[in-house]
Amino acid sequence: MMKLYTEKSSFKEQPKQETIQFLLNYSKALRIVKAKSKTFELHLN
Amino acid sequence: MDKLKVLDSSLVSNYLNGDEKCFEILITRHKQRVYNFIFSKVLNKDIAEDVFQDTFIKVINTLKRGKYNEEGKFLPWVMRIAHNLVIDHFRKCNRMPKFKNTDEFDIFSVLGDGELNAEKQLIKEQILSDVRRVIDELPDDQKEVLIMRMYKDMSFKEISECTGVSINTALGRMRYALINMRKLIEKNNIILVN
Repeated sequence: MMKLYTEKSSFKEQPKQETIQFLLNYSKALRIVKAKSKTFELHLN
Repeated sequence: MDKLKVLDSSLVSNYLNGDEKCFEILITRHKQRVYNFIFSKVLNKDIAEDVFQDTFIKVINTLKRGKYNEEGKFLPWVMRIAHNLVIDHFRKCNRMPKFKNTDEFDIFSVLGDGELNAEKQLIKEQILSDVRRVIDELPDDQKEVLIMRMYKDMSFKEISECTGVSINTALGRMRYALINMRKLIEKNNIILVN
């Protein structure tokens, strides 16, 4: 039983590199600007 | 920067201070666990990819808005977001039930297409042509009333004024027109159903 629980999953799929790149670009492009009580979301490309 | 030794909390902190490289390290460090968790639930690569992307978009938005609570650990927090999005995905699926055709039942046998296909269009034209031929066979006074009522959408009052007969006569002519049309249809075995 212990072996069952400690055995690592053989499933090693990964998200696509383009998805990762999209997320990194999204993160770089996103700016949150707070002005008084309002929050502005800017996407800079 | 040694990717293995830097704590998640430090990377998050540096990321919040504008170091985008730290987010890259975080995503590289945890992508496989998060993706595998999602895939193990949805069992579809494309859906897993979508949920993975939505998860990290939510992570980025929350972090950049300064709403991340440092009390929790980063990975369990991300996994919780992924878990919630997986649940959202299944809720959406339940709202839009999918149907698979079987040999016994084809959904398209009960679902109609609003648009007529070429075959149905031809049949419709044939029916309209047959109806016109049947009307042509009627006596002139009956034909006149029927055309005014059915094709010109006139009221019986207007028909009576136009033809110079009483409303009752117009009604009677219409009634006989329909009776005679039925007789002609039966006699000639005309099918007027699409």
